[in-house]
Parts: sequence; structure tokens; C-alpha cells
Amino acid sequence: MSARSGRVIGVNGNLVTVEFDETVSQNEVAYVTQGDVRLVAEVLRVRGHYADIQVFESTAGVQAGDRVEFTGELLSVELGPGLLAQVFDGLQNPLNVIAEEHGFFLPRGQQVDALRRDTTWEFTPKATPGDRVRAGDTLGVVTEGMFEHRIMVPFATEGVVTVAEVASDGACTVTDRVAALEGPGGARHEVRMMQTWPVRRPIRCYAERLMPTDQLVTKQRILDTFFPVAKGGTFCIPGPFGAGKTVLQQLTSRHADVDIVIVAACGERAGEVVETLREFPVLTDPRTGRSLMERTVIICNTSSMPVAAREASVYTAVTIAEYYRQMGLQVLLLADSTSRWAQALREMSGRLEEIPGEEAFPAYLESVIAAFYERAGCVRLHDGSTGSVTIGGTVSPAGGDFEEPVTQSTLKVVGAFHGLSQRRADARRYPAIDPLDSWSKYPSLVPEHDLKMARQVLTKGHEVEEMMKVVEEEGTSMADFIVYLKAEYLDAVYLQQDAFDPVDGATSGDRQRHVFAQMAQVLAAPVDFPDKNAARGFFQSLTQTTRDWNTTAMDDEQFEALQRRLSDMLCEVTGDA
Amino acid sequence: MRKVYREISEIAGNVITVLATGVGNGELATVTAPGFGSLAQVIRIMGDHVSLQVFSGTRGIPTDAEVRFLNEQLRTPYADALLGRVFDGGGRPRDGRPALDGDLIPIVTPPVNPAKRIIPRNMIRTGIPMIDIFNSLVESQKLPIFSVAGEPYNPLLARIALNAEVDIIVLGGMGLKFDDYLYFRDTLEGEGALSRSVLYVHTAADSVVECLLVPDTCLAVAEQFALEGKRVLVLLTDMSNFADALKEVAITMEQIPSTRGYPGDLYSQLAARYEKAVDFEGAGSVTVLAVTTMPGDDVTHPIPDNTGYITEGQFYLRNGRIEPFGSLSRLKQQVNARTRDDHRTIMNTMIQLYAAYKESLEKQSMGFRMSAWDHKLLKYGALFERRLMDLSVNIPLEEALDLGWQILADCFEPQETGIQTSLCERFMPSSSDEELAAACALDAPAVSPAG
Ligand SMILES: Nc1ncnc2c1ncn2[C@@H]1O[C@H](COP(=O)(O)OP(=O)(O)OP(=O)(O)O)[C@@H](O)[C@H]1O
Ligand SMILES: [Mg+2]
Repeated sequence: MSARSGRVIGVNGNLVTVEFDETVSQNEVAYVTQGDVRLVAEVLRVRGHYADIQVFESTAGVQAGDRVEFTGELLSVELGPGLLAQVFDGLQNPLNVIAEEHGFFLPRGQQVDALRRDTTWEFTPKATPGDRVRAGDTLGVVTEGMFEHRIMVPFATEGVVTVAEVASDGACTVTDRVAALEGPGGARHEVRMMQTWPVRRPIRCYAERLMPTDQLVTKQRILDTFFPVAKGGTFCIPGPFGAGKTVLQQLTSRHADVDIVIVAACGERAGEVVETLREFPVLTDPRTGRSLMERTVIICNTSSMPVAAREASVYTAVTIAEYYRQMGLQVLLLADSTSRWAQALREMSGRLEEIPGEEAFPAYLESVIAAFYERAGCVRLHDGSTGSVTIGGTVSPAGGDFEEPVTQSTLKVVGAFHGLSQRRADARRYPAIDPLDSWSKYPSLVPEHDLKMARQVLTKGHEVEEMMKVVEEEGTSMADFIVYLKAEYLDAVYLQQDAFDPVDGATSGDRQRHVFAQMAQVLAAPVDFPDKNAARGFFQSLTQTTRDWNTTAMDDEQFEALQRRLSDMLCEVTGDA
Repeated sequence: MRKVYREISEIAGNVITVLATGVGNGELATVTAPGFGSLAQVIRIMGDHVSLQVFSGTRGIPTDAEVRFLNEQLRTPYADALLGRVFDGGGRPRDGRPALDGDLIPIVTPPVNPAKRIIPRNMIRTGIPMIDIFNSLVESQKLPIFSVAGEPYNPLLARIALNAEVDIIVLGGMGLKFDDYLYFRDTLEGEGALSRSVLYVHTAADSVVECLLVPDTCLAVAEQFALEGKRVLVLLTDMSNFADALKEVAITMEQIPSTRGYPGDLYSQLAARYEKAVDFEGAGSVTVLAVTTMPGDDVTHPIPDNTGYITEGQFYLRNGRIEPFGSLSRLKQQVNARTRDDHRTIMNTMIQLYAAYKESLEKQSMGFRMSAWDHKLLKYGALFERRLMDLSVNIPLEEALDLGWQILADCFEPQETGIQTSLCERFMPSSSDEELAAACALDAPAVSPAG
């Protein structure tokens, strides 16, 4: 450890001012020491011989004169086998290990290795001495759960180097040496199974970035059909409290067709993480037949945990996501809630007495948010395989007003906007995504022209509904009334989805295509009725039957029968039976 | 080491600054002068300028007051003897009895490791149908009552506390009216519950800074009881006063406000308190029920808004009733599947029909023609409000469910309720109002509520 040190001269919340003797680097990690307690901190600003550092833990008891040690390292995470199925805090301390050692509470000033040092992994070499390799190239693999986990040339390696040695098959721990590399000047670098990487720096060991085009199927119909997300793309879910942001993310984390899900619980309720924590190990992933936990990493810095570490937690999460992308895997990062991260920035900015922007958020909020979402992406690796990081963040706008800075800054950079509406949530129309306000720039899995028609019906139906509030049903034309009923029908049986039903809760891409074709027929059908009661009655029974269909598995014999019944019902009212 | 200083360089709001060294952030000090004495806490250090927040306010502090640093963080006595006692916000007895000498526990404790939490699973019965049936309260839940001044939120808190099957009640009053304090004390005493309660009461007449200590003190004591296996219910009234006290201090400290003058860390400050609600595996639990008065009945005001983002639902108390719409217990689904087979069905059906009633009511007020179905709904709505929504109704869940069926039977034919036939057969009594039922059956509804 470098011997550079300093002394605390000021404390203001979690901002500590340090007087230092020699040099410091911007963003290096420092420790404020008090006996055997070492509080992690990061240098945020340097002025003359004073450094302002943000302490990631409570500063209670910190005194002027306390010793501060500078490490010369940037805030980093450990990358290697053993990350999956773990629960970490924002600084990558494994919470289960802390629980074993410290019981119910999170102690202050304790750092625990993120990766277990005593676990062994069967290493299989993939490179041979003499190979010319670059950062991110594969040297060997180990099996981590259901994945082939690549042990790669350290990402910080510059240029092309030569493999000097590779370990043969055998059990290794993460700190064991598995290879040696030789640089241009003959300099040798040892490679261990684990590497560290600074969280605020994107991992860019790939050949090129690709356009995100492959759809990431979430199995939520309103998303996949109307507001799709692409692998390597970005989306945001703003909504007032209680509108269903967390539930939607929890559903996505279960059902999304990706290899790995990183859940970043950032400044929200601890109880919500507990649900994931306790349920995922016993839920099976239908894609693999294994426990969902095996494909999940949870970064958990909930609202009563230190605020500054909340800010770090999203970077910890995205770095781990990028790491697995380097293995050619499809990774989904879900952050709930990015507003809490922005608030952490705001708190620190206030303490630094920076000139505040709108609602006291720092002026750089927008660029920080943009840079974060920029870390998503679909990439082609040097070996030709592709990997992706998709980022979806919830936003918790103050007062539920989307005009606020975090929502607005996010909307500028994401590829899809899933706006939750209080009105829909109040009406228990879940998922409460507003079908008229939301948008996506990614292609849908259903035919474009059907989709267009469906959108028109929804828009027109809404207009008719508004009008009916004034002129009553009687004052509405039959044609308008039918559009309204069609829109309500589509809403009831397609946009809304029962999260708790084993079948309806998750609709596969194939099923969505199939069902949506049926929807398109209904929407396009020139139906006619003698009176409005008859029209309403028809759509009520059609809704009921379609709901039954929705809860019937596709391989169930009833599935086809119900679909035939739907078609028959439709024929009767179009008169071309 | 004790350190005494007599040179205050700055006094602003409730904050004084002294020149001192060797002082830790958050450390306590006493400030004394002739005719003045108070505790104070270090809130900022810059070189040898140490700023302290003076608990009883700075009125009357001379610049040569004695500031004595105590080399300790804020603590409060903890002992079984707390039960039955009343303290003020600063932890001094308010009941005329001697101060307590128990162990001192810190009032700010570290967060619970999320990995050690468990999924809540026990319902807390309150005897209030609007809670028990429609938005069940769950052990370890944190839930505010959103209300406006003048609503009976304190009597509601007291009622829940008295009915709840918990071991210990901790009441925190912030900016409480003296009368309300007496009301709580007398009610708990009258019902024999004071002996399992401890009260920390800051009244509107007390110093603002002491208001800030109340939630922490209550929650620290509650947490300690919970660790000893007790099921604790913490009542906090009114958290809006707590938030306003935070705002006042932030402004004194010249912090840049975020929304409507409130500090940017309001969310984190509130969350740090509410997140103390917990169910400890192998020990007790802390449940937090708070009052949040909404300035101008505006739920987007920063206090209710930030609260809603933190808590696990909310009860809206309006016109003396718990509103069925907007009120939400986010944890109810953890418990209401295991109460009685008809619980969820009654919960959903009665609310849907009540929503339909509201629509009929609106049509009626606009002078639209009322159908037979509308009339049924109007009858239903009135019965529902009178027999279930009224806050004076105090019956166990099972009785409330039976009553729900009775109301349905009095107003509707089974198929009109949209409830599964098998449940109707099991639970629905025959109508007690044959005549009306017969009349209504003639005109079946055009719209039957979804099941
Ligand atoms: N898809 C859904 N299906 C059924 N119920 C839902 C759904 N989404 C939300 N809910 C209901 O709404 C409640 C609140 O949802 P959720 O916790 O996701 O809100 P949120 O938007 O994350 O709120 P906050 O901003 O306060 O965290 C849930 O507890 C549940 O009762
Ligand atoms: Mg949420």
C-alpha cells in the first residue's frame, strides 16, 4: 500500500475534507481510519493541499485530525467466477458473508472480499503458450453454474501480448495464477483467475458495437408488442409511487429471455429485495430448468444503507454486467430506482456547494445519466461472438411529474419509454403502462401494419371515451361506440396481464405473435349490432372467452378450441359465417 | 477526555459554532449558561470551527456559554422499566416520575442487513374492516395515514394500537398538541394498555430540534425490544412535523433546498426511519404506523410524496373514513390468502361494486336516468358505507367478512356479484330483503361487474 496519507480537517455529512502532504489523484480510494475501523471514501475534488472525499459510510465520530490513507486505486470491483447468485452491497461486499459474521446489522468500516477465496474452480486452458492475445481474449474457462465462465486476458492489458504460460487442467481458486503474459519489452504479467476493474470506467474489450436489433422478450405483452426492448438497448420506467415499477422489474427479472440478470436495488425498500432473495433460489428458470438465482446477481444498496454507496452501486452493477458481456452473454441490468442515485449525486453536489441546476440537481446530471446508459450496448467480441448489456432503469419523479430533471434527462438517452400512469394503476389495469404516452425505438415482434391499426384503435377509443363523458352513451354513434369497445377489449385482454396467473403471467414471443394475429382480426372486423347493449354484451363475452384463452397453456387441447370459439363468435357478428 | 470551551463564534437559528478541537462528528455536548442548559450535537466540523445543533433552541445563549463535549453519541436509556412511562422529545420524564437509569443505547443504529430480513407473514388484526378486509396490516409493515388536519387520525392510531395483538406500543409524538398527548395517555391508560406502552412526546411548545430526536429514540427502543423477541408497534404522529423540523435545520445550515424548500435528502432521512420496520428471523418485529398530514390535501407535496415512495402503502383518511380508493397495503397479499377462503374475493368484489356505486352516484348527481341496476348499487353503496366503512365499526375479520356477504345478499343476486358459484354457495346468506331482491331480479343488469 502506498504510504501517502493526510488528516481530516472538516466533516460535513459524508463529505470529509482532508489536508494531504504529498499528492492525491482524482477519484482515488482513501480510507478514513479510526482504530480498526476503516471507512472507505473516494476523492471528489482537490484544491491546493485539500482534498474533498466522499465517505461511503456513516461519518459519526470522525474527528479533525483523524488519519486518512490514500490507496492510489480507483473504486473497483472484483471480477471472476463466483459472482452469480450473490448479493452484494453497493461496494460489492457480500451481504451473506457479512450476515454470517455480524448478524442482523451492517457494521461500519468492514470490507469483505467479494469473491470467496476458498472456493475452487476446475480450470480448463483454452490458450497455448506462444498465442498472441489482446485484453479480453480467452485464456481458459471454468464452469460457473450453467455458464462457461471465461478467464480472460486482463482488461487493462495494452496492445498485443504473448501467452508465456497457461495452467493445465485443475482446480484453482480465484487468486491462483492461471497464466503468464509477456509484453513487448519482455515484461511478464501474471494472470490470476480474478481481476479488478474500476467501476466508473466502461470495459471496452470488443471489436465493435452493433446496432441493437434482436428483441429482448420480457413476456409482458404490452412491452414486447407495443413498446419493445432490444438486447443491448435501454429503457426507462418512470411512474409515481405505487404505480408498479418494482413489480414490473421483478416480473422482467424472472421472465426475460437473457442469460444473466443483474438487479440493482438502489435506494429503495429492503423488503422488496428480500422477496427476490428468498424466492429466486426456489423458482426454476423455464429456459434452463435451473434455479433463477443461478443467473442472477443482486446489488443491493437499499434506502437506509449509506447514501454515497448508493451512487456507487449502479456502477458496480453495470461493471459486472459488462464483465459477463465479455463472455458473449446477453445480460440485463435492472436498476430500481435511478432517481435515488440521482438524489445521492444531488446530496453530494450540495455539500460541495456546486452551483445547483433545476430542483437543486447538479448541472452535470444529464451527462452523468447519459454516460451511464451509454454503457449498455450490443457488441461483437474479438472472437466473433456477440454479447449485450441491456439497461432498464425505473425513475421515481417527485410528485409523479415527468417534467422533472431525472425523467427528462433519462428520456433523452433511452431507446424506450415505459411510462406508468397513476390513472391506470388506480383502475388496477396492470401493468399500468400508459399505452398512449409510452414509446419505443426498437422493432416489435408483430407485423408493423397490425400494430399501427391497434394503436389507432387505442387512440380513437380513448377519444370516444372522453367524448362519452360529456354526451353520454346515447349521444355517441354506433361506429364510435364500437371503436371504444374494441379499444377496451384490447386493453382488457392484451395490454393487461395477470402477473399472478401461471400462464397469463408470462407470454412467450411465439404466443404473442399468435394471439396478436387474432386480436388484429377482431380489431379489423366490420362488426355491427342492433343496439349498444348488444354491442357491449358481445364484447363482454368475447373478453371473458379471451381471458379464458389467456390462461390456457398453448399446448393444452383447450387452446385451439377456445380460439375456434373466438373466431366463431366473431363470425356471428360480422355476418360472413 | 472532557473538553470545555467558552467561545461561541456564531449563533444562527438553532445552530452555534464554537472553536474547538478533537471533537467527533455527531458528538454530544452540553451548553450551559446562567438560566440556560441544553444538550447539543455536532453537525459539522471545519478545521477548528465546530457547529452544533442545540436541542432546546438557542434563545438566550450568550457567546460565553460553556460548551462541554461529552465524547459520546446520542443515547437513550433502555430498560423494561420504560413501559408505562412518558418522556419528552429529549428523553426527560414528562410524567413527574424519576429519570430512568437503564443501559444507554445509541439512538442511531446501523441498518439491518437485507440478507437477514424475512418475508413478512403475520397479519395484525385491527378490528377495522376497512383495514382487515381491504388493506390488511402486516407485522413489520411501514404504513402512513395520509390525512389533513382535523381528521381523526390520532383516535384512529389509538384504536389500532389498542386492538393490535402486539406486545409493546411505542408512541412518538412530534409537534403533538398537548390535548392530543393527554388523549393518547388517557386512552391507553383507560384501556389498561399504558403498562405495555412507552411514550416519547414532543409537543408543539417544545424546541424544534427535539422533534428530530423523537423518531430515532422511538425506533431505537423498539428495535431493542424486538431483538428481545417482542412484537412492537411504533406509532409516529405527525411525521410532517418531523419533516418540517428537518427543513428548518437545513435552511439554517444554508443547504440548497430541492423541492418547495425541503432539503434534498428528505427521502433518505425519512427512509432511514421507516426502514427500521423489520421482522427479525428468530426474534421480534417492529411495525411502524405513522401519520402524515398533507398540506393542502396535496399528495404531491414533498412530504407525502417522499413518504409514499418509502412506505409499503398508505391509508387515506378522508371525511372520517378510510378511503377504499387510493388506500393500499402493499403487503396484504402476503397474508390474505391464509385468512379465509373468501377473503380475497370479498375484498375485490366489494371494491369493484363500490366503484360502480360511485359511478351511479355521479350519474345520479348529473341527473341521468337511474336503471334498476343503478338503484341496487345505490342501496349497496349506502349499506357499505354505513356498516363497514364507518370507523366506529369494530369487529373481527371473520365477522366483517360475514357482514360483507350479508350486504351483498341484501343488494344483489349471487350471479350479479360476479363471484364464483362455489364461493357463493358456501358463504352467501339468503337475502334478508326478499321483496327488493325480487324486484331487482326483474331487471338484470346490462353491465355485470367483472369477476
Ligand atoms: N402487474 C401488477 N399486477 C398486480 N398488482 C400490481 C402490479 N403492479 C403493481 N401492483 C400493485 O401495486 C403495488 C405497488 O407496486 P410497486 O411496488 O411495483 O410500485 P412502485 O411503482 O415500485 O412504487 P414505488 O415508487 O413506491 O417503489 C404492489 O404492491 C401491487 O399491489
Ligand atoms: Mg418500487
